[in-house]
Amino acid sequence: MFKVTAYERLTTNEYQLWIDAPRIAARAKPGQFVIIRMDETGERIPLTICETNPKDGQIRIIFQVIGKSTAELAEFKTGSELLDVVGPLGTPTAIKNYGTVLLVGGGVGIAALYPTVKGLKQAGNRVITVLGAKSKDILILRDECAKYSDELILMTDDGSIGRKGLVTEAMEDVFNREQIDQAWAVGPGIMMRFCTQVATKHDVPVYVSLNPIMIDGTGMCGCCRVTVDNHIRFACVDGPEFLGAGVDWDSFMQRMRQYRVQEKQAFEQYEQLRQVQ
Amino acid sequence: MVKRSYNQTPIKAQDPEVRSHNFNEVVLGYSLDEGRLEASRCLQCKNHPCMLHCPVMIDIPGFIKKIEDGDMDGARKIIAKYSNLGAICGRVCPQEKQCEMACTLGRSKKFEPVAIGKLERLVSDWDLDNPEPVKVIPHDKGRVAVVGSGPSGLTVAGDLAVKGYEVTVFEALSTPGGVLIYGIPEFRLPKATVKKEIDRIRDLGVKIETDVVIGKTITMSELVDDFDACYVGVGAGAPHFMSIPGTNLMGVYSSSEYLTRINLMHSYKFPTYDTPIEPAKQVVVIGGGNVAMDSARSAMRLGAENVSVIYRRSLEELPARIEEYHHSVEEGIQYHWLTNPVAYLGDENGQLTGVKCIKMELGEPDESGRRRPVPIAGSEFIIPATTAIEAIGQGANRVMLDTYPDLKTNKWGYVDANEETCATSVPGVFAGGDIVTGAATVILAMGAGKIAAKEIDEYITNKTAKKTSHSA
Ligand SMILES: Cc1cc2nc3c(=O)[nH]c(=O)nc-3n(C[C@H](O)[C@H](O)[C@H](O)COP(=O)(O)OP(=O)(O)OC[C@H]3O[C@@H](n4cnc5c(N)ncnc54)[C@H](O)[C@@H]3O)c2cc1C
Ligand SMILES: Cc1cc2nc3c(=O)[nH]c(=O)nc-3n(C[C@H](O)[C@H](O)[C@H](O)COP(=O)(O)OP(=O)(O)OC[C@H]3O[C@@H](n4cnc5c(N)ncnc54)[C@H](O)[C@@H]3O)c2cc1C
Ligand code: SF4
Ligand code: SF4
Ligand code: FES
Ligand SMILES: [Mg+2]
Repeated sequence: MFKVTAYERLTTNEYQLWIDAPRIAARAKPGQFVIIRMDETGERIPLTICETNPKDGQIRIIFQVIGKSTAELAEFKTGSELLDVVGPLGTPTAIKNYGTVLLVGGGVGIAALYPTVKGLKQAGNRVITVLGAKSKDILILRDECAKYSDELILMTDDGSIGRKGLVTEAMEDVFNREQIDQAWAVGPGIMMRFCTQVATKHDVPVYVSLNPIMIDGTGMCGCCRVTVDNHIRFACVDGPEFLGAGVDWDSFMQRMRQYRVQEKQAFEQYEQLRQVQ
Repeated sequence: MVKRSYNQTPIKAQDPEVRSHNFNEVVLGYSLDEGRLEASRCLQCKNHPCMLHCPVMIDIPGFIKKIEDGDMDGARKIIAKYSNLGAICGRVCPQEKQCEMACTLGRSKKFEPVAIGKLERLVSDWDLDNPEPVKVIPHDKGRVAVVGSGPSGLTVAGDLAVKGYEVTVFEALSTPGGVLIYGIPEFRLPKATVKKEIDRIRDLGVKIETDVVIGKTITMSELVDDFDACYVGVGAGAPHFMSIPGTNLMGVYSSSEYLTRINLMHSYKFPTYDTPIEPAKQVVVIGGGNVAMDSARSAMRLGAENVSVIYRRSLEELPARIEEYHHSVEEGIQYHWLTNPVAYLGDENGQLTGVKCIKMELGEPDESGRRRPVPIAGSEFIIPATTAIEAIGQGANRVMLDTYPDLKTNKWGYVDANEETCATSVPGVFAGGDIVTGAATVILAMGAGKIAAKEIDEYITNKTAKKTSHSA
């Protein structure tokens, strides 16, 4: 059992938990994730380790409610216990001193990007960070990213904070302005795909964090397979980070939709039950 | 004495019509009386060839005699000397290629062999229902870490606990059991039975820590430092793909994923359980082993309209247990022999619609001595399919190996271990089961565990003796 030690609602739809998981906290590196199963009938859901506190043995996760399991996880208040938390899974981000790096995060992907921002800054890079969201009130981790960035650019769809527009516009500006040695993009599939196009156009290598559907997270099922440079790779062990230029985006984004019908059914049934209670 | 019947005592099984729609166990087991009747068919051969063909050399005539005498307690005591997992092996061992193949009775023309596996199952099921009080012994001889809780790891753990060691088993998944839990389906091996066998190993004082991925949560080097010896039994479950066009279409599964969703995650009870699986309509399974049979029969139970297995050789070469093949045919599964897939076809949404196949013919024998299938030009045809499951074999589970290069592997990626001692390139680290042999059988994994327990005991005893003589 893994105890939730702190619970916070960050925005209308995004939540943060600190979980007591000393072994994971001691070892997790940027880019790694955990898989959580809430109870006996639960599914296994992967979530990025946003931060650790090795001294107290705690890990921090941030998630967006988009379906049944994340809605249920949002009910796990301080003191509740999660049945399974396993990790840290995946290959860590290649943190080192590249020179100048550009990090782009969108939506809840910012939670997954944040440890990389922090890690790259601590490794001595000049860090330029671009964060994007629909509007100001759902833009998470602004201050924390600012703390570890030499420059922070905010982009919102409605212009409620920062500039109005897409993260790719900010990327273009930065690429036109100066030499970037390595870029990262973490967010929805479609965003990472366009970020890859922009970076590739400017000859800048860009890492993306692929989040296909997973089960075991140990390389044993092949559910998380993605095609990179025409080879089948398992995102849970070979990734989740890959160089974006080699990713077969069409099949990646298609496979994310595999269970839409069942997911909708599960979510509707869950909401109905909650209304009854 | 009554005349020996030519045939094995019939065993109760669920009717194919009924069972192809549920996940309950197919074969229901002998009653005590049926067991005694079957036991009376045994000739009690002095040279006991059956025993020599059991990988763990169970005293087969011995326990069968006890059954015949109605002494179930005596029978279980004999099996317990050789096996910790009788209820499992009795169900899933390829008996027809091992003990039963060698049975003297079965070798005479008219007779079927003694139903050794089913008798073993009878004894072990009885044993689980009538447990003996466990003797709690002190665990003061040393500390051993076991990586992986499949049949191999569980066997090492149980044996070492009995010898007086403090044993901790680390398992990456949420539930211990390895393939017994996530691979072999409920209808062949009820999870309640596996759980009972595992609980018994826990009762011996073995600690099982789930949700721990060695190499990630804890490193292998830490285990080597913290424990007196380690056993690596991480299995070979990593799926291979044929990598033909269309592999990423929705509806294309590896057997590992398909079976894990169903067995470990209970997706056949969706939405009571949260893990989804695509509804089975037209299902094609590729491969000819036990894993293919299990996938096909599971798809049938999920309500498929039709399920066909495509295999590139013919029935004679089918590697699956023949009993499982017969069960699958009874359940309505169709076979395309000498057929190989060349591409998956999909619609504009990326959903699988069919499998394009080619007919094969058998050519010259290959390295394995089996005739190599070669494609017949121009024989392509399409099997309509909404689900395709690849069951073409698995490779080493690599999570731990990739983070611990000290442990030498062979050219196939399996751990290089001495099969007689389970010793590896790292002193104090032993390995066995599928991670050494490649995908094999439960009983072989268990056999390796038996050997390793003996070797680990010797290793630690010697080490301790050296230490004491040094300090003296
Ligand atoms: C490596 C990795 C890291 C992730 N990190 C985060 C994070 O830090 N914060 C966050 O909010 N989300 C993260 N996700 C996504 C998160 O796992 C899914 O949003 C969650 O599983 C959805 O579950 P649900 O039942 O609420 O939604 P559902 O309605 O079941 O699914 C909604 C969508 O989420 C995806 N999804 C569903 N099941 C899974 C699954 N088992 N594994 C992966 N994706 C699935 C599918 O595309 C699906 O259409 C991460 C995913 C991966 C693979
Ligand atoms: C579908 C299917 C049907 C089969 N049917 C039969 C049959 O009828 N008869 C038969 O005899 N055999 C059968 N087999 C084969 C048999 O199940 C295997 O040979 C046997 O389970 C191997 O045992 P093992 O202990 O070596 O490994 P496994 O059973 O594979 O167990 C390995 C365990 O190690 C865990 N692990 C891996 N890496 C780590 C890590 N880094 N840290 C912690 N834990 C880790 C895994 O999660 C797993 O639980 C079948 C196999 C499959 C897949
Ligand atoms: S363990 Fe397997 S081979 Fe040995 S007696 Fe039992 S069924 Fe036969
Ligand atoms: S070979 Fe057959 S008949 Fe002979 S002892 Fe073994 S089981 Fe009995
Ligand atoms: S999630 Fe199973 S192999 Fe990656
Ligand atoms: Mg879900």
